[in-house]
Amino acid sequence: MSTSASSPSTDTGTTPVTEPVTGAVSSASESAHRESLPGAAENTGAAPGAKPYAAYLLGLADDAMVYAQRLGEWMTNAPQIEEDMALGNIALDLLGQARGLYPYIGSIDGTGRGEDDYAMQRDEREWHNVHLVEQERGDFADEMARLLWFSAYQVELHTSLTGSGDDVVAGVAGKALKEVRYHLDHASLWVVRLGDGTAESHRRMQAALERVLPHLAELFDDDEASVLAADLEVGVLPSTLHDAVVARVAHVVEQGTLTLPDGSRWRSRGGRAGIHSRPMGSLLAEMQHIARSHPGATW
Amino acid sequence: MYGNDVIDPNEPLNAAETAAYDAAAEHEDQRGGRDTVGGDFDALLAADQRIEPRDAMPDEYRETLIRQIAQHAHSEIIGMQPEGNWITRAPSLRRKAILIAKVQDEAGHGLYLYSAAETLGIDRQELLERLHDGKQKYSSIFNYPTLTWADCGAIGWLVDGAAIMNQVPLCRCSYGPYARAMIRVCKEESFHQRQGFEILWNLMRGTESQKAMAQDAADRWWWPALAMFGPPDTGDAAKGGHTEQSMAWGIKRFSNDDLRQKFVDMTVPQAQKLGLTLPDPDLRWNEERGHWDFGQIDWDEFWQVLRGDGPCNAERIEHRRRAHDEGAWVREAANAYATKQAAREREQQQKESAA
Repeated sequence: MSTSASSPSTDTGTTPVTEPVTGAVSSASESAHRESLPGAAENTGAAPGAKPYAAYLLGLADDAMVYAQRLGEWMTNAPQIEEDMALGNIALDLLGQARGLYPYIGSIDGTGRGEDDYAMQRDEREWHNVHLVEQERGDFADEMARLLWFSAYQVELHTSLTGSGDDVVAGVAGKALKEVRYHLDHASLWVVRLGDGTAESHRRMQAALERVLPHLAELFDDDEASVLAADLEVGVLPSTLHDAVVARVAHVVEQGTLTLPDGSRWRSRGGRAGIHSRPMGSLLAEMQHIARSHPGATW
Repeated sequence: MYGNDVIDPNEPLNAAETAAYDAAAEHEDQRGGRDTVGGDFDALLAADQRIEPRDAMPDEYRETLIRQIAQHAHSEIIGMQPEGNWITRAPSLRRKAILIAKVQDEAGHGLYLYSAAETLGIDRQELLERLHDGKQKYSSIFNYPTLTWADCGAIGWLVDGAAIMNQVPLCRCSYGPYARAMIRVCKEESFHQRQGFEILWNLMRGTESQKAMAQDAADRWWWPALAMFGPPDTGDAAKGGHTEQSMAWGIKRFSNDDLRQKFVDMTVPQAQKLGLTLPDPDLRWNEERGHWDFGQIDWDEFWQVLRGDGPCNAERIEHRRRAHDEGAWVREAANAYATKQAAREREQQQKESAA
């Protein structure tokens, strides 16, 4: 893929997030959100201008948002009460990451949207998350396989983003990094326990590692938005995270007496461009239906 | 953690925000003089000292506490379901975050209470089995469905409000681990109640359909919330129930009827502030008594739901059992792994000591 600084408006062709600024759009609530962000002070000077990496940040925020939604489904359904709490905690952290990014994205994509505009009012084609996070909740091994990969990815991602040229992004990443290290620890403990537990848990954990495989390549795709963000030294090229993430996962898998499966025959693609898999529509329908049933209402 | 810029934070909204709670918490902090009383059960009770796990206690006292603490723990765990049902649908991200944190708190309360029960010589596994087999109960209030988003508000405001009214006196319960658990639980429940009030406050200042949603929820939850205090236990009804014995043991400090009246007195002005109409035509201020009069509770319905014939009894237990059964292989794996690890550590130690 070319690394030339292409116009972000040609990125996916589907989202309104890269529309040019039509004026200083800033609501009171949105300003309040921004002021609460780490490092936001440097960005609240003049009328906020559009920055070309909004689409990149939206991908990161949507990953966190959609995965928080899926993890929230575990509450009351986990194998033990401690795990209801732990998965709830992780969901809350990811939700916090998304909430840290959405209002900032609204301030740099020229739309002035707030967090609920992004979460509740966008249609499926406007979401930029990877397919991995939107997949339906499988069994507990499926969740731990997904969490292991996603949190290993997020540890590498946020480690890198703490050096972002955008102070807000660096601030969000710094806070997130502490959280995702804990997520990775939690997933690692379970993958090892399940792999090295009983014959049944070993079989289930191995099967889950295989089922998650097709949805991993997307995390490391250098799509146009991330290439641009990396060129501007705000983001990181996803492909550069690949080896470190695989090394982290491989270490855990080995400890759990499991085998890291070979490449998949097929792979999911298109999430960053708003092309999603079947479960995404239902996820959004459930998440958004109350908000959308009451246009203009506040809660 | 979750600020509230609408409602006066200095005005008490529930019993955990009153002087009674502060007094109980302070009482706990300042307990002394136990050494001079000795370890005799009756002497400890008479001196308003706490009974602790290692103290001798009558079997009936122990059994009563196990039943009550377990029922309380089960209520926290089953109580995760009605609101957990709305986590994926909360209408804003702020509401979603608050709701996840609340359901998480309930899980934490459940664990905390199971631990308190375990100090009496029974383990969590057995208590959960009793819950799943229907041998132990949970609060009947959770056998009612959460039909709309406003129900999350009504549960916080009314159900948590009633629960706190019940639990603040338990902060001075004679059994130490239970009393200490209640001091902590009440504090967190107080946040939940305030958040519930705030949900309804926003709905009542919203669109017509939001107001209707809030009123409908108040209509459905008001009477079940009043029934949460249990059947009448004063006057003619004072004989026969658990109240008398529990009071003698310092487990219970107020009658069901007293607590219910306190709850009504505290809640009616809040309903007025919200702009909600409570579904009781007999509700009126009684100047002479200095209390709100209220109508007859449908105790037939209460007993019917308690016996298992409520809207959600089967669903709640079925959900709980399914989650537990689906997780069996995970818990088995964790145990197997722990056993293997312990064996490996022993082996390692033997090697080291041999070397």
